[in-house]
Amino acid sequence: MRRIIAVLLENEAGALSRVVGLFAQRNYNIETLTVAPTEDPTLSRLTLTTIGDDRKIEQITKHLNKLIEVIKVVDLTEGEHIERELMLVKVKAVGAQRAEVKRTADIFRAQVVDVTGSTYTVQVTGTSGKLDAFIHAIGELSILEVVRSGVSGLSRGEKVVSL
Amino acid sequence: MERLSGGDMLIRALQDEGVDYIFGYPGGAALHIYDAIFRQQRVQHILVRHEQAATHMADGYARATGRPGVALVTSGPGATNAITGLATAFMDSIPMVVISGQVPNALIGTDSFQETDMVGISRPVVKHSFMIKHASEIPLVVKKAFFIATSGRPGPVVIDVPKDTTDPSELFEYSYPEAVKMRSYSPATRGHSGQIRKAVDLLLTAKRPVIYAGGGVIQGEASAILTELTRYLGFPITNTLMGLGCYPATDPQFLGMLGMHGTFEANMAMHHSDIILAVGARFDDRVTNDPEKFCPGAKVIHIDVDPATISKIIAAEVPIVGPAQPVLTDMLALLRERIEAEPALLDRAAHAHWLEQIAGWRRQHGLDHGLMGQGSNGAKIRPQAVVQCLYQVTGGEAFVTSDVGQHQMFAAQYYHFDQPRRWINSGGLGTMGFGLPSAMGVKFAYPDAVVACVTGEGSIQMNIQELSTCTQYGLPVKVINLNNQALGMVKQWQDMQYGGRHSSSTYQDSLPDFVRLVESYGHVGIRVTEFADLEPAMREVFSAKLRDRLVFLDVSVDPEEHVYPMAIKGGSMCDMLLSRTEQS
Repeated sequence: MRRIIAVLLENEAGALSRVVGLFAQRNYNIETLTVAPTEDPTLSRLTLTTIGDDRKIEQITKHLNKLIEVIKVVDLTEGEHIERELMLVKVKAVGAQRAEVKRTADIFRAQVVDVTGSTYTVQVTGTSGKLDAFIHAIGELSILEVVRSGVSGLSRGEKVVSL
Repeated sequence: MERLSGGDMLIRALQDEGVDYIFGYPGGAALHIYDAIFRQQRVQHILVRHEQAATHMADGYARATGRPGVALVTSGPGATNAITGLATAFMDSIPMVVISGQVPNALIGTDSFQETDMVGISRPVVKHSFMIKHASEIPLVVKKAFFIATSGRPGPVVIDVPKDTTDPSELFEYSYPEAVKMRSYSPATRGHSGQIRKAVDLLLTAKRPVIYAGGGVIQGEASAILTELTRYLGFPITNTLMGLGCYPATDPQFLGMLGMHGTFEANMAMHHSDIILAVGARFDDRVTNDPEKFCPGAKVIHIDVDPATISKIIAAEVPIVGPAQPVLTDMLALLRERIEAEPALLDRAAHAHWLEQIAGWRRQHGLDHGLMGQGSNGAKIRPQAVVQCLYQVTGGEAFVTSDVGQHQMFAAQYYHFDQPRRWINSGGLGTMGFGLPSAMGVKFAYPDAVVACVTGEGSIQMNIQELSTCTQYGLPVKVINLNNQALGMVKQWQDMQYGGRHSSSTYQDSLPDFVRLVESYGHVGIRVTEFADLEPAMREVFSAKLRDRLVFLDVSVDPEEHVYPMAIKGGSMCDMLLSRTEQS
């Protein structure tokens, strides 16, 4: 099962490499990973998605918690949560394709953020599933380049991950 | 406030931390630090012959005393040579601080001479690591390093020190922090009272209980309370390889070691138990055999300071996160309260029956501890008998270190440790070359103690250069070499699983004359080839006459000997080979 794990950690050199190293050492898989400082510049917030059964996820969260620089670990998928990912897609857009790409972008509430005579660059945000659906809708053949941010997420409601 | 250079601050911080020995080896990037060592008296530096040995000495020191061991190495090859020792300490949760010199900050990343990414290369085998960015950080980083190494589940910590941060011409204000608090690190200090209550409820239902105690009891200074609790309940107890000594081995409730080469009765008791109280043990694969077949009727109570260890291999019915000592103290208090109020809560009849069943297993296939009394009439010397002889001659009072292989298992099986921290071996990583340097670390910590290294001719050659260090510092450790002229455990597996094809496990014609070898270092060598000479020679090794000498006893033992019992691969804990022809 796919899980979204939120990690609050010290914003220090080497902290990220310990997180990544842990996954490699223990044969865990990272599907996506995104990390940036929070409103407090001494803290980083990291979101990663991984796949595993309950037992594996328990081990992953316990081992993440063991890392000295890690302050909090929450499996967001245990409760109601919001996940977002941002994707930029550069697509071929000539002739009739131009209108078709624009129309598809509108359906996905995506924005065209750069235009040339033969390409559109489209920005899509949403769940990973929605981003996958957009790629499918546009068709792989017309896609020139894709960059995805990886998932960011937090819990719904009043629950917060903080110090 | 005092102003000191980075190098002086580093050594001063070690003094303030109470460090008495640094085991190390100098080199370019560490020279400012070495000069700081030269200009003071309180911390003594021990010059080794190889950095791996420095880390094992620090490790042996830590295992024997409970205080963190300290090693100092230079950058590049000095740092990489320390990795095996770090991994050894990491696997066995030993508190250690390893300081590595590093090329100056300005050269980092330029592939400069003797540069290696120590923080990177050591990452998987340390509890934590630091790179000094600026000299002014040194006191706080040292404080944090010792705090992390010694608290929670202990482990090794690396401090990588670029040369420019130790520059003697740049002075900074020095004050050593009294305490350190880290918002991201707060190991458990007590067990959860609700969980302890549940554990007590479960323990009181036991008909066939076993206490399974490991290295965490020793690291957590919980041997006394564990012994008290075990005796109060009257339950049988087994120890892991790392836990030997945490419960007195000569006590009738003790079943011996469990696991791959554990005793028949310990493994049978585990398999047939209904409640297992696991304390500071981690259900290692060398204990459980196939986890799917592990102790089918048992419910597990698991006490460990590291939550990640609990339910990692075997699901715990009652997990308790916390250090062994306070958890067991709370548990015993609650047990007393409950049992004193209602003595019938403990099913003593069932326990008596269970202990009788275990005694039966012991009579059936227990280890034979009387080999020395049996004589041997010209037959080859059995390695087990050498360990028994060592036990008798040292009165069970020695610190015994070992290397890795058959001799390690024989030592674990046949030397009875009645006290914690007396049995020192590389259990998790299985590091050959550990025995001699760790014995040296113990001897530095306790100069008056009897320290014996039980080794083999394979392992001893992996750090034999330290005989020179022993000469330099006059270290009278005793080396008992079970010389079977082969890599015994490898050969045993090849006998059992590879049709006796001894691929790269023998080297008879190329072994050194160990007696002459140790004599060339200025030590005493004694060779024994006849059983009749074994005991007199052993007495000579530990005689008052040779008290201040390193003595190397080279015993030619039967090369055909195998270690039994031995777990049958893929089976349960009760599936064991008991000899070349018998199985359980």
